[in-house]
Amino acid sequence: MKPNLTIGPILFHWPAEKKLEFYARIAEEAPVDTVYLGEVVCSKRSPFFEQYYEDVAERLTRAGKKVVFSSLAEIMLKRERNMMAGFCEIEDHEIEINDASALWHLDGHKFRVGPLMNAYNEETLRYLAGKGATHFAMPTELPGSSVAIMASAARDVGAGSEVQVFGRAQLALSARCYHARAHGRIKDNCQFVCELDPDGMPLRTLDGNDFLAINGIQTLSHKYINLMAELPQLREMGITHFRLVPQDVDMVAVAKIWRAALDGVISPEEGQKRLDALNLPAPFANGFWHGQAGVKKVAVERALASL
Amino acid sequence: MRPPELVCPAGTPAAMRTAVEAGADAVYCGFQNATNARNFPGLNFTPGELERAIRHAHENGTKVLLAINTFPPAGKVDLWRDAVDLGARLGVDAYIVADIGVADYIARNHPDIRLHLSVQAAASSPEAIKWYCREFGVKRVVLPRILTVSEIKAIAREIPCEIETFIFGNHGLMVEGRCSLTNYITGQSTNYDGVCSPAADVEYRRDEEGNLSTRLGDFTIDCFSCNETAGYPTICKGRYLTPARNEGYYAFEEPISLNLSSLLPDLMAAGVNALKIEGRQRSRAYVKNVVSSFRKAVDAIMAGEEPPLADLIALTEGQKQTEGAFKSKTWR
Amino acid sequence: MEPVTPYPPTDDNARARTFLPAPPLPLFLLQPVLRRIVTRIASQNPDMFNRLGPHKSANFIIDVTSLPFVLHLRPDPEDLLFRAVARSRKPEADAEIRGGFLDLLGLVDGDADGDALFFSRDLTITGNTEAVVCLRNALDDVDGSIAQSVADMFGPPGRAMLSALRRASARKKS
Repeated sequence: MKPNLTIGPILFHWPAEKKLEFYARIAEEAPVDTVYLGEVVCSKRSPFFEQYYEDVAERLTRAGKKVVFSSLAEIMLKRERNMMAGFCEIEDHEIEINDASALWHLDGHKFRVGPLMNAYNEETLRYLAGKGATHFAMPTELPGSSVAIMASAARDVGAGSEVQVFGRAQLALSARCYHARAHGRIKDNCQFVCELDPDGMPLRTLDGNDFLAINGIQTLSHKYINLMAELPQLREMGITHFRLVPQDVDMVAVAKIWRAALDGVISPEEGQKRLDALNLPAPFANGFWHGQAGVKKVAVERALASL
Repeated sequence: MRPPELVCPAGTPAAMRTAVEAGADAVYCGFQNATNARNFPGLNFTPGELERAIRHAHENGTKVLLAINTFPPAGKVDLWRDAVDLGARLGVDAYIVADIGVADYIARNHPDIRLHLSVQAAASSPEAIKWYCREFGVKRVVLPRILTVSEIKAIAREIPCEIETFIFGNHGLMVEGRCSLTNYITGQSTNYDGVCSPAADVEYRRDEEGNLSTRLGDFTIDCFSCNETAGYPTICKGRYLTPARNEGYYAFEEPISLNLSSLLPDLMAAGVNALKIEGRQRSRAYVKNVVSSFRKAVDAIMAGEEPPLADLIALTEGQKQTEGAFKSKTWR
Repeated sequence: MEPVTPYPPTDDNARARTFLPAPPLPLFLLQPVLRRIVTRIASQNPDMFNRLGPHKSANFIIDVTSLPFVLHLRPDPEDLLFRAVARSRKPEADAEIRGGFLDLLGLVDGDADGDALFFSRDLTITGNTEAVVCLRNALDDVDGSIAQSVADMFGPPGRAMLSALRRASARKKS
């Protein structure tokens, strides 16, 4: 099967115009197969783009992309519960869920399991497949040795398997908004300060080292995950989908490099060279994949031997 | 009003005996491996220790809840199944679980043993809780520490199972079961290795002036001048720099502990069935002080008296306490 | 009555010093006592060593800030060591635990919580943190009080001294 290149949901609170521009470029120029749409992080942000989804989805579909809607990851308030109930009624597109509350609504319907759903093992995968799951995006921290087993279990139940190969790692969620906190505010009175940081708000250690990036209630890694060097391994395992998580960089350029590497037009080494040449704002890391600290960049010769 | 169950931590057999003596209705504990979320060195129970501890607890009318509340990574499921089967053989009163696969295994193989949904499952809405109840027959949910008392009350009306809430101890900031911060820095996962800031990766450096810097892996996560109180060496309790701030600040939360002693009557009135004290990693002295003071408070409330408010500040992180999210949404 | 001390007073536990032998105490007199203590505790609680795991053979320095010497502990049942060492000759160790006399006494008396002492900065640890955590957990799993067992070894005078120290500790807390 032809490997499927995907664009994950935009995690940041970009202004509507910026998102529209982004999806216009993705539709016209990015050689990707699937685009995930929707606000995953903060229910307060949702209204800002709600009115555009239909047009964006239509435009992407016209450009030959498959559109999947991604759900919120934290469901607690009445507003969020209602949003999830409504989300689970989407009929025109596939949906990817990121919180267990969706399972209550989805009884019997098909759905995709998002990376924030904690499907860590083959038993959970089989159980959810029995409930209608057709596709599994792996938790970011799951090591390659476990992903291999998950990919095979997914294949056995006829489901897809997806791994994030590019972009900041989604490390934590909280009920508290850390963007608001940094600006001396609280979540209810945040005034959407998260909009100031289109690639996340940098946190450095007291001795000045780059460390994490804040995105509202979410904490991301400073470094970008990059599994280009591991591509042959991923293919070998039978991973069906390769996810690029949008950052505030030239994602079309990133997608083109990945497409070429996935199609075998260029080698992973060449792909890596081209990614390096983009001069992205943060260094790459691949530690999680190798069962090591996520922040680490593991040399791949050693990586292959360790699996 | 039915008296709520006081659920107390036990990191060692001695701590469990202490909790039982101090008036715990139930104690929770785990094995010495990755199947529980306090997989710390030198802590927890061997099968033999747990067997004797359960006998002692049961003789004193105390229930024993076994925490198997981590997520087995693919390929390692057997360790979790073995823990479940061993727990059944030893006669635990309930399992505390987070993983769907583990819950399913218990529901199919040990349907007579109660199933509690761990806080690690992060079920924070009635729909999520109802799903776990319907699928696996969950009897009780441990709610995340992110809800206000009135939100807990609203949930209680909608779900078919008991509610357990934390009343004292570590004030968890991140949604539990959804935090990979430790793994990002140390290569040990909170979700599948059961550790948060593993001691082996923590280093304290003391300089000439008595300042103490805390390092996790290769990163400095805080620095205390000599007159400042300290907290756990976790990333979420550390200080960092960001452009919006002039100096290092607690980006997530300052060192502080949860203490809901003054909200106990409200929680009980809201329909909370069990009150949980955090701290399996703490000492017998902590267990004795905290459990006995909450025992007195609960008994007083049940007798219609004003609950005595014990001074537990000395046991709190950073020597500070909070009612966190429970009292007001401004915490968020 | 405060004994005259040849070493500078530290910030903590002034009362505790009242109960300590006035230095200079020849350390060689102390060694057999320490050896007896650790051998007794070890023989009464053989299971505690399991909690130490790989850190059985670790060398710990226990620095009681009000004492003129430090204690050197290696909790290996095969090769037990507990001795006093002059500060000037402090050996290389895997980890160091530093605190006031009454606070450290509280820990081995089952009366103090190590985390709480750490939060209040009354206890400092450096070196191999995991080894310290294991040692703490091992000691905490010993039923009753290690301090009491030690006091009992010295009969009525031992018990009287421990009672006095507990009173001093209670006064300090209040």
